[in-house]
Amino acid sequence: MIHHLIPRVVVKLLIPFILLFGLYVQFHGDFGPGGGFQAGVIFASAFILYAMLFGVDHAQRVFPAGFISLFVAGGLILYAGVGFAGIALGGNYLDYNVLAHDPVHGQHRGILWIELGVGITVAAVIVKIFYMFSGRGRD
Amino acid sequence: MLVSVVDIILLAFLVVTALAIVRLRNLFGVVMLSGIYSLLMAVIFTLLDAVDVAFTEAAVGAGVSTVLMLGTLSLTTNQEKVPTHRPIVPLIVVLVTGATLIYATTGMPRLGDPDAPIHHHVAPRYVNESGTEVGVPNIVTSVLASYRSYDTLGEVTVIFTAGIGVMMVLGRRRTKPKPGEKRADSEQAGGAA
Repeated sequence: MIHHLIPRVVVKLLIPFILLFGLYVQFHGDFGPGGGFQAGVIFASAFILYAMLFGVDHAQRVFPAGFISLFVAGGLILYAGVGFAGIALGGNYLDYNVLAHDPVHGQHRGILWIELGVGITVAAVIVKIFYMFSGRGRD
Repeated sequence: MLVSVVDIILLAFLVVTALAIVRLRNLFGVVMLSGIYSLLMAVIFTLLDAVDVAFTEAAVGAGVSTVLMLGTLSLTTNQEKVPTHRPIVPLIVVLVTGATLIYATTGMPRLGDPDAPIHHHVAPRYVNESGTEVGVPNIVTSVLASYRSYDTLGEVTVIFTAGIGVMMVLGRRRTKPKPGEKRADSEQAGGAA
């Protein structure tokens, strides 16, 4: 791989801000545009940027491929689990009103968790697909 | 007035980009142009006040899918093959479908019409009650994550399934043995037994 010095330095400076922006979009989705889906994509794009410039092997040292597979399923399980939590607390499936003493507070709590589930699954699936594509041509 | 001029310019760019994508044989250029197409769509969504959709379009359409398409090009080739026959039948199908769709738009309500049927089904309930029922300032989030939570669960399942599908297709180890060499996995199985 050619040693792209300037993109490497710029990307190293940018990645913390991309990740921070991803977290902002994730947890600020209730108040402004954004939400789990967009946040997941932004989060994944930071990893893809890193993997493109520093090599997939380096990126896999941060996030091993098997580890990512756990998150692919984990986000969906978290989302579905919030639904079962609603049943366990005496409501319907995906009923957030029962998640806290105050219904509106419960709604906030439910939305926070399911958006987190969406974000985890989306980010993991995109990083995983990128790993798959980039790992394919090398053997 | 100014807004409609901007709209027309953006839509004209969209058409030019689409035609360039059709004409171009270099697939690297096609991938770049489809990124530009998505970016133009994101700007149009912003002008239509659909900020959440614009955000998704910019992140997924212009960002991630461009990267994935480039990954595909690196595995295949970046020159489109010249077709051996003239695509008359597909051209007719596309023209008929396009004409039907344009004809259908004449029956649609005007853009932003408050009397349009879409604004009289469940939308008033969402707009009026979301503040007290869900208490989230962004109504898009309250509709996606609370009122239509089942649909979003389905969407996440679709993304999950897409990821699993790619893993199944691309993630399989190549087990074709070289001539005169034992298969790696049968060797491992023998060692374990």
